[in-house]
Amino acid sequence: MAIPSALITLLIGIALTLAGLWVGHNVRLLPIDASANAPVYDALFEVLFTIGTILFLGIVGLLVYSLVRFRRRSGDSGDGLAIEGNLPLEIVWTAIPAVVVLFVGIYSYDIYERMGGMASFHDHGAHDHAAMAAMVQEASVASAASTDPDGQERIWGGIGQSASGAAVLPVEVTAMQFAFIFHYPDSGITAGELHVPLGQSVQLRMEAKDVIHAFWVPQFRLKQDVIPGQPTLLTFTPTRAGTYPIVCAELCGPYHGGMRSSVVVHEPDGFDAWLQSNRPAQVAQAPAAPFS
Amino acid sequence: MTVANPAELEQGLQPQGWLKYFSFSLDHKVIGIQYLVCGFLFYFIGGALAGVIRTELASPLSDFVSRDTYNEVLTLHGTIMIFLWIVPVVNGAFGNYLIPFYVGARDMAFPRLNAVAFWLIPPAGILLISSYFLAGAASQSGWTAYPPLSLTTPAAGQIVWILSVLLLGGSSIFGGINFIATVLKLRRPGLKMMQLPMFCWAMLGTSILVVLSTPVLAGTLILLSFDIIAHTGFFNPALGGNVVVYQHLFWFYSHPAVYIMVLPAFGLVSEILPVHARKPLFGYTTMVYSIMAIVVLGLIVWAHHMFTSGTPPWMRLFFTIATSFIAVPTGIKFFNWLATLWGGKIALNSAVLFSCAFIFNFVFGGITGVALAQVPFDIHVHDTYFVVAHFHYIVYGGSVFVIFASLYHWYPKFTGRLLNEDLGRAHFLLTFIGFNLCFAPQHWLGLNGMPRRVAEYDPAFTTWNQVSSVGALLMAISTLPLVINVVLTALAGPVAGDNPWRALTPEWLTTSPPPVENWAGEAPLVTEPYGYGEHPGAMDLSGLSGRDLWSTGKS
Ligand code: HEM
Ligand SMILES: [Cu+2]
Ligand SMILES: [Cu+2]
Repeated sequence: MAIPSALITLLIGIALTLAGLWVGHNVRLLPIDASANAPVYDALFEVLFTIGTILFLGIVGLLVYSLVRFRRRSGDSGDGLAIEGNLPLEIVWTAIPAVVVLFVGIYSYDIYERMGGMASFHDHGAHDHAAMAAMVQEASVASAASTDPDGQERIWGGIGQSASGAAVLPVEVTAMQFAFIFHYPDSGITAGELHVPLGQSVQLRMEAKDVIHAFWVPQFRLKQDVIPGQPTLLTFTPTRAGTYPIVCAELCGPYHGGMRSSVVVHEPDGFDAWLQSNRPAQVAQAPAAPFS
Repeated sequence: MTVANPAELEQGLQPQGWLKYFSFSLDHKVIGIQYLVCGFLFYFIGGALAGVIRTELASPLSDFVSRDTYNEVLTLHGTIMIFLWIVPVVNGAFGNYLIPFYVGARDMAFPRLNAVAFWLIPPAGILLISSYFLAGAASQSGWTAYPPLSLTTPAAGQIVWILSVLLLGGSSIFGGINFIATVLKLRRPGLKMMQLPMFCWAMLGTSILVVLSTPVLAGTLILLSFDIIAHTGFFNPALGGNVVVYQHLFWFYSHPAVYIMVLPAFGLVSEILPVHARKPLFGYTTMVYSIMAIVVLGLIVWAHHMFTSGTPPWMRLFFTIATSFIAVPTGIKFFNWLATLWGGKIALNSAVLFSCAFIFNFVFGGITGVALAQVPFDIHVHDTYFVVAHFHYIVYGGSVFVIFASLYHWYPKFTGRLLNEDLGRAHFLLTFIGFNLCFAPQHWLGLNGMPRRVAEYDPAFTTWNQVSSVGALLMAISTLPLVINVVLTALAGPVAGDNPWRALTPEWLTTSPPPVENWAGEAPLVTEPYGYGEHPGAMDLSGLSGRDLWSTGKS
């Protein structure tokens, strides 16, 4: 008895979907998550991975099946079937990718929103803006940054959950060939490693001295180019104590591969201890930039 | 329109026999072969450089070449593979060889311009490579040459790089103009646009992209060279310039460039599959429209390379959506190829194996591409080995696999001899396994924290890098059966006859190799280039539902 082809198609479709869901859920390709951003990212990753697996298995399955089923037997020099097209079929396979892509686009927009990506700099609020500007002046960092017509320095917003309230820890990041320098304006500490307390929002104000660098912490799922002439803000909230690599992701010269540092996420007590032990003698005077 | 007559010009002036391949020949077939052989030579050089990269990365320390050399090597590798291998071969080699046949012409519209376009390439390539030896240092800033890095690395090498890319861009523009003119103006009387083989549409679309976007690259690089030589400040933030503007201008060319590398490959596959599946190309009209949709969309997606460059949120959103939508016309083409295979009588020869592996690889790369188009996803993996894996799946797994498929398919036309199938399948197997072994692990490396363009890395990544290097070694070995096959067959291969594949497209309706003006008599009028199938001629499909066609295939 012949099984109707529609039923077979349906069964294959279900099997593919289940396979995709299983792979998306169980195959772990990402490092551990250590920021508030990361689980949101991982959810998007799982959706993309699932859809991708279904499409890939389906198409490759069809390809391999066709090659085996319709291979030319020896001695047969006849032709295949003279099918030149089929409009309903073409509409279906235009519609499927269109729907998938639309869904993925809308979903990733939602993810992007939740990561704070749509909060463009100007929506950060006048309060933040003023605070940052003040911070800039305090630290008296010489920079070639462009300025707005009203004389205020223009600061670029990178992706990251927008910081709210006073609980934000500001850190100034200077990227140069071939190191990151972290300066804490509140305590005057300057360090080659980033130390942050668990669960508190951190706002990086990043600047490059020479060429483009990129600040990347894989476990935070965050990356931002650090571009000369464009001071950039990046905000994140660490959610898992530990030490994670900071990697420069933009080709910046011969030692680009060695331009790595670490971010240490402390339990709150540990962070205070670190502050105490590293606070410079004269807090009031911010140190000059550690390079010229 | 009159066509310059190459035969007349060549008499007496031009060398004959094999020497003509070293001459300023005006014959489109000679020029096509010149492009092909020249491209392969540069491919071997670029491949050797890739070997240096993978050897360096076999260990986490920078211990094989010096760090400066490493950056020179990776810059040369990228530049050679793009501008001296893929672009000239998929456009120049196959375009020049096939397009005049397909439109029923005896040569390209502008044969002299054509020869000039080719002869710009060898000097530009030699110039580029010689900068490593002569100028003291080759460019070290990657094939993207982002300022300020490109302003601060050794100037001589960077200037030579700019010069040679300008020459190659010029060559590409000359070629593009020639293809547009040939397809639109040199068609044999009676041949309609919608009767052209698909490769003509692919080359038309590609050439439109070339002509629209390459001048932007040229202008950008000239400004960059001013910044280097004359210390102007277009892209120098210290002088009030803006580096992100460079990125916009660069990618305005270089995203279309990826389609310049892959659209002709789409066209070539559309020629190869129907012949060996003995079926008409499925959905001709939608294939044409999807090529044109790719051309239009391809021009408005460039900023997906700049999602971490401080672009404003609305821009990120726009480019995410535009980029994702390229998957729709691209998907249509892949489903059409699968439908072309369905119900055919497929010869599983090397040309088909490479074409189907192209489908496999490109689908993979397309899926990672759509993922990369999503800003939040891209933020994490931008400038990592994930991106390296993506574009190698597309450019190597796509375009290069198609170049190999085309070589097996058209070699009998070029030389009159059939390549050996056993060596061909060995070549295929080694390439396919080596390629996937080399690039699949790089997805994981990128996701887990390995940036691209590094000579040293976290030792945690050693194992997968070594697997990748083994894959690269297999790929290097895979060129041996290819070279042996090509050389032995040229000397003593079995004679192919004029039309070994029983193909219907016009290049097969003449001798192999074809005479100087392509056909002894009048050019044939081929209105159904894909008229294969058991019931030739039009079939009435209106009364059938899709399922009927899929299950029985005939009315
Ligand atoms: C399905 C269609 C495709 C989509 C949606 C897509 C998307 C993307 C995206 C978003 C990036 C940027 C990744 C990053 O740097 O963070 C990228 C990079 C790249 N893509 Fe694709 N892509 C597609 C097809 C192609 C094709 C057809 C080619 C070439 C033939 C290609 C070649 C490249 C190259 C060369 C890069 C890296 C350029 C570089 O930074 O050096 N892609 N792709
Ligand atoms: Cu770097
Ligand atoms: Cu692109």
